[in-house]
Amino acid sequence: MAHGDAALAAGGDGDAVMTVTSAVSTLDQVMQRWEPVIGLEVHGQLLTQSKMFCGCSADYIGSPPNSNTCPVCLGLPGVLPVMNRVAVEYTVRSALALNCEIPEHSKFDRKNYFYPDLPKGYQISQWDMPLSLNGHLTFTVDGEEVRCGITRVHLEEDTGTLQHAGDILQQARSSVVDLNRAGVPLMEIVGEPDLRTPAQAREYLVRLRQILVYIGVNDGNLEQGSFRCDANISLRKHGDTGLGVKVEVKNMNSFRAVHRALEYEIVRQGRLLDQGQTIAQETRGWVEAKGATISQRSKEYAHDYRYFPEPDLPPLHLSAAFVDRVRAGLPELPQQLAERLQREHGLSAYDAATITAEREDARAFEALVAAGVPAKAAANWLMGEVARLARETRIPLPGSGLGLDGLASLVKLVETGTINGSTAKELLEELYLAGGDPAAVVRERGLGQVSDQAELERLVDAVIAENPAAVADFRGGKEQALQRLVGGVMKATRGRADARVVTGLLRERLAP
Amino acid sequence: MTLARDQVTHVAMLARLGLSDEEVERYRQQLDAILAHVDRLQQVDTSQVAETAQIGGLVNAWREDVRGECLPVEKALANAPKRRRDHFEVGAIQE
Ligand SMILES: [Zn+2]
Repeated sequence: MAHGDAALAAGGDGDAVMTVTSAVSTLDQVMQRWEPVIGLEVHGQLLTQSKMFCGCSADYIGSPPNSNTCPVCLGLPGVLPVMNRVAVEYTVRSALALNCEIPEHSKFDRKNYFYPDLPKGYQISQWDMPLSLNGHLTFTVDGEEVRCGITRVHLEEDTGTLQHAGDILQQARSSVVDLNRAGVPLMEIVGEPDLRTPAQAREYLVRLRQILVYIGVNDGNLEQGSFRCDANISLRKHGDTGLGVKVEVKNMNSFRAVHRALEYEIVRQGRLLDQGQTIAQETRGWVEAKGATISQRSKEYAHDYRYFPEPDLPPLHLSAAFVDRVRAGLPELPQQLAERLQREHGLSAYDAATITAEREDARAFEALVAAGVPAKAAANWLMGEVARLARETRIPLPGSGLGLDGLASLVKLVETGTINGSTAKELLEELYLAGGDPAAVVRERGLGQVSDQAELERLVDAVIAENPAAVADFRGGKEQALQRLVGGVMKATRGRADARVVTGLLRERLAP
Repeated sequence: MTLARDQVTHVAMLARLGLSDEEVERYRQQLDAILAHVDRLQQVDTSQVAETAQIGGLVNAWREDVRGECLPVEKALANAPKRRRDHFEVGAIQE
């Protein structure tokens, strides 16, 4: 059963419940008949100190309810918003990283709608003169290069947060509002409907998030909603150039949720179209627990926003000098960094992409190499054991007890032959959280590799003498028997010998 | 230009105004008069005037990214029509 079917089977709730039978199309079958057209809208909170139009903190997570507000972000009468210069700069920085043009003139507008998380009754946003236009993002999916247009990147303010009946009190018949988030600078990145598969949509988001985190404007946290995504999706016949009726999908708070929700929608819409039905233009919410999208009828009235220019905010006039200065401050982008690591350190394309996926890993790699660790060894340790420990402990290397310096010292002990790989792995496991100087621990416990040739030869001879059966097997042509002998020597050295050297010595001794 | 009644009820719905039939007709006439005035303004030749949303002349009226004082929670909630603990309370919202 294809993934989309599993999702659909669990769906329903108010919608016509579809059950899966063998007669109903799978995702693959739908995609043979219909071409998905997907466009993504991403909202990213900017990592400024203060909110968009007032001095309240832009970092509201963990603050007691309604403690991070002032007359401006509460929308009290008679207040005057004043825009945050850094928020404008971060938006321009993001737009430049996404290859956008920055028009000289832009302005803010009021987007009018009523919702309890919006205290003013309107959101300050940008309508017809956004901060930037006409960008694009290119990336690779399954070896194929995808170029997704970026319609615009504009700046607006975030809303407050609502908790619904039942969230707080079981018997509640009301919702409650926290305005700590209201007015946090929010950047909207509108993508063109250039994506054709859930995998492309997912990769677009991964790359976009990576860029925003690299350039320091967003923390990329989907779970907490500092990076959020809505999708527009419609289907059309292969070869058609027009667009079908689009459905907006919301409430996807992981890359996996985006992928699953789009698969679900493709199957849902494909089956309706196959039955000759029409698709309702509507907003649907992804419900993770059900593995389905559900119609959000409550949001449908809201699409008449009556935008008009925000009279309280004078327009923006960004000179070429301003834009040039922001451009000059743009840090190295992940793709450029990956290319440089391949060029300068001879990493494979795969290793470079893996190392640069998270900015912290790329920094750790460069620090290790700067500390004298060979590039390939640095990459292997970071992508392997260190990545595993970071995942398991939920603490990244720079914040671990061992730290970058400790890892550099540990890897150098392996590279110089002082300890072998398995000793190093054990030490890494032990010191990752606890910390400590690997070189000192190796000295104290006598973990140094047995590299004295005469000592090794003595041990090899002893093991040969003690295992006549294995020796006979090996001489009789059983290659695996050698491993038993190697194991014997490793045991005798408590794992401190170089297995390759031991194997070589054994072969030498047992040669006919 | 004549404003239709359903345009008035639509705008009233967006503004969350409950209007009686009588009021719909009264506001339809008033809004019609306002729009007629705008129609007259649109006859002025503005081909030589740059389009703008503001005539104040200010641009880039921004502030540095510095944190300021917030209100104490009690003050923030002082005008709440209803509150529950330290939240504003509203009618149940279903998403
Ligand atoms: Zn505020």
